Amino acid sequence: MAACSTVAPPSTSFIRNKKDLGLSAFSSASPLSSQKCKRTSKTICSVTAPKQSERKPATTGSVKTGMTMTEKIFARASEKTQLSPGENVWVNVDVLMTHDVCGPGSFGIFKKEFGQNAKVWDREKIVIIPDHYIFTSDERANRNVDILRDFCTEQNIKYFYDIKDLGNFKANPDYKGVCHVALAQEGHCRPGEVLLGTDSHTCTAGAFGQFATGIGNTDAGFVLGTGKLLLKVPPTLRFVMDGEMPDYLLAKDLILQIIGEISVSGATYKAMEFVGSTVESLSMEERMTLCNMVVEAGGKNGIVPADSTTYKYLEDKTSVPYEPVYSDDKARFLSEYRFDISKLEPLVAKPHSPDNRALARECKDVKIDRVYIGSCTGGKTEDFMAAAKVFLASGKKVKVPTFLVPATQKVWMDVYGLPVPGSGGKTCSQIFEEAGCDTPASPSCGACLGGPKDTYARLNEPKVCVSTTNRNFPGRMGHKEGEIYLASPYTAAASALTGYVTDPREFLQ
Amino acid sequence: MAAISLSLSPNPSFTTTTTHKPYHPLSTPTFLKFPTVSPSTIKSLTHAPLPQTPTPRATFSTRAAASTTPSTTFHGLCYVLGDNIDTDQIIPAEYLTLVPSNPSEYEKLGSYALCGLPDAHSTRFVVPGETKSEYSIIIAGANFGCGSSREHAPVALGAAGVAAVVAESYARIFFRNSVATGEVYPLESEVRVCEECKTGDVVSIELSESRLINHTTGKEYTLKPIGDAGPVIKAGGIFAYAREAGMIPTLTSS
Repeated sequence: MAACSTVAPPSTSFIRNKKDLGLSAFSSASPLSSQKCKRTSKTICSVTAPKQSERKPATTGSVKTGMTMTEKIFARASEKTQLSPGENVWVNVDVLMTHDVCGPGSFGIFKKEFGQNAKVWDREKIVIIPDHYIFTSDERANRNVDILRDFCTEQNIKYFYDIKDLGNFKANPDYKGVCHVALAQEGHCRPGEVLLGTDSHTCTAGAFGQFATGIGNTDAGFVLGTGKLLLKVPPTLRFVMDGEMPDYLLAKDLILQIIGEISVSGATYKAMEFVGSTVESLSMEERMTLCNMVVEAGGKNGIVPADSTTYKYLEDKTSVPYEPVYSDDKARFLSEYRFDISKLEPLVAKPHSPDNRALARECKDVKIDRVYIGSCTGGKTEDFMAAAKVFLASGKKVKVPTFLVPATQKVWMDVYGLPVPGSGGKTCSQIFEEAGCDTPASPSCGACLGGPKDTYARLNEPKVCVSTTNRNFPGRMGHKEGEIYLASPYTAAASALTGYVTDPREFLQ
Repeated sequence: MAAISLSLSPNPSFTTTTTHKPYHPLSTPTFLKFPTVSPSTIKSLTHAPLPQTPTPRATFSTRAAASTTPSTTFHGLCYVLGDNIDTDQIIPAEYLTLVPSNPSEYEKLGSYALCGLPDAHSTRFVVPGETKSEYSIIIAGANFGCGSSREHAPVALGAAGVAAVVAESYARIFFRNSVATGEVYPLESEVRVCEECKTGDVVSIELSESRLINHTTGKEYTLKPIGDAGPVIKAGGIFAYAREAGMIPTLTSS
């Protein structure tokens, strides 16, 4: 498997050299051409170099050689002082998340392997979030939520975000919705920790400076019983994004740019670390969008260093003490990519691959049938605010059916409650209604992954959809011959207004 | 096979044994999928040219013999795919309501394996109405199993009767789930075998030789060594591996 064979051997360290990679690296080259850093420095990193970082190293001891933040989290979680990419270690898990699609299978494996009367390793470290197939009459889907409930009762699981009344989600105060957004909103994402979840987009939580990745049912069954998992330390790709982000871009454009650059397998088995002034300027929700789609590049995890934005977000959400980690100056990165974000243009990923990148304006002749705004990727409060901003700026009505699925109950309340800046106090929901969008639906994963046939906004016919979701492989939203253009909420809203894939600058400037 | 997230760890040391139990977390499969010690008769069979008649099901070396040459052979018809076959094509999301650890639903998952492939794939992997596929080996291009973390994907393939996948490369979670469940053997080819094989070709895989033989074309291919996931596969999955290391207790028979 070639993906890891490019790991720098321990004897040849590629050290980031700020001077070599200074701002002069930003040329006036075409906006879409990123500057792939070619292992800029060949300096050999002495393995005995004394610790010299002002930042606090891993709590487990002194740092002998530089480590990336992902390596440090692995070191702390495996009670080691030093780790290198490629090592396999038993890692202590801080939080395990599962949902209605993979929970029942994980519980089945847990019971089979540990016994019918076995108890989970820690009832307070397991978070169970029904979110995938909720508002459906599919009996098996409903049964799966019942299985979650029975298990949580039996095991006295502390964090179970249950739903019983499917007719009115608001009658379920515990119900949240899309797990990755709920994890953040409920304070389960904390810097420096290890979060595993039975969903590939668990990597979203890397936005909080933690290691978060998706696992399967069998691994989850193992974690349920032991609180540990054998994991391989990934090498890190570093993405440095600098420059002022134009007001027609969103984090979705940044990650589509990166996936287009490195392909759907470009980060396979690797960590993707996002740094730079642009990243520092992003809100938590935008950082979540960035990390959410690392799996679409094959990445094991995405990670953003925690900072004041992170701490502020966490202030009223968790009382659990946490300790952030940061990459050492001498940390070794497999490669480094640099982007001047000020020159980037709004992007889409054309059918049928998330790396099939194109400029939104290049696709202006693509006629579309519908627009979908929702999911863990593009269904957060700020995503709806962004869409509302475009509708507000245009003052027009949508030309194609526009479906809105808030990720969580909290997002839904924001859509109905928060005033949109510059609107004279209107809420997103009012603006959406004036624009002729469908009424925002009950929070869940919705049609992002197709789901049961009666799922709201599912692509049951071979239609063309612009979507703020994360994947556009054949059949992803339902119909195998459906065509999905992945885009930011700005681009999705602009496209809804014209009925064609549309660059949001047509309305935002 | 460097890009594996499972492998022999320096902490719990793995001792090589000549016999090991197949690991099946889910239901009771009809045949073995993990390496066992091959009776030499079956091994020699695969060296001989085989008649090009369709083989209905995979045949494997399944008996643990007291041989000192451990080897596993998979033999059957292959189903050929291209690059970036994602988990939605392997098992569309609408079937994720099926719980793999439930034996009857396990079988149903198999009947839907690869039903998400676009209609351009004129040969269906599982004939509608059947629960098993006539193809026991999948040959694919790069990044096989990308997308979701759904363990339903390797499980659906395994339930349909797939013993091994030979791809140019794998997506991380699919590979990991294949190893952890033991449902399919995720192997990698050194070249793009998917360009040179056709669906329905009769193929054999000899694990100990790291070799794929296409009997229909008469060509042989070298497979990459299983690498650092080997010990976990050899132990029989993550649970067996942890038990061998003494990390978790052995479940007393119920």
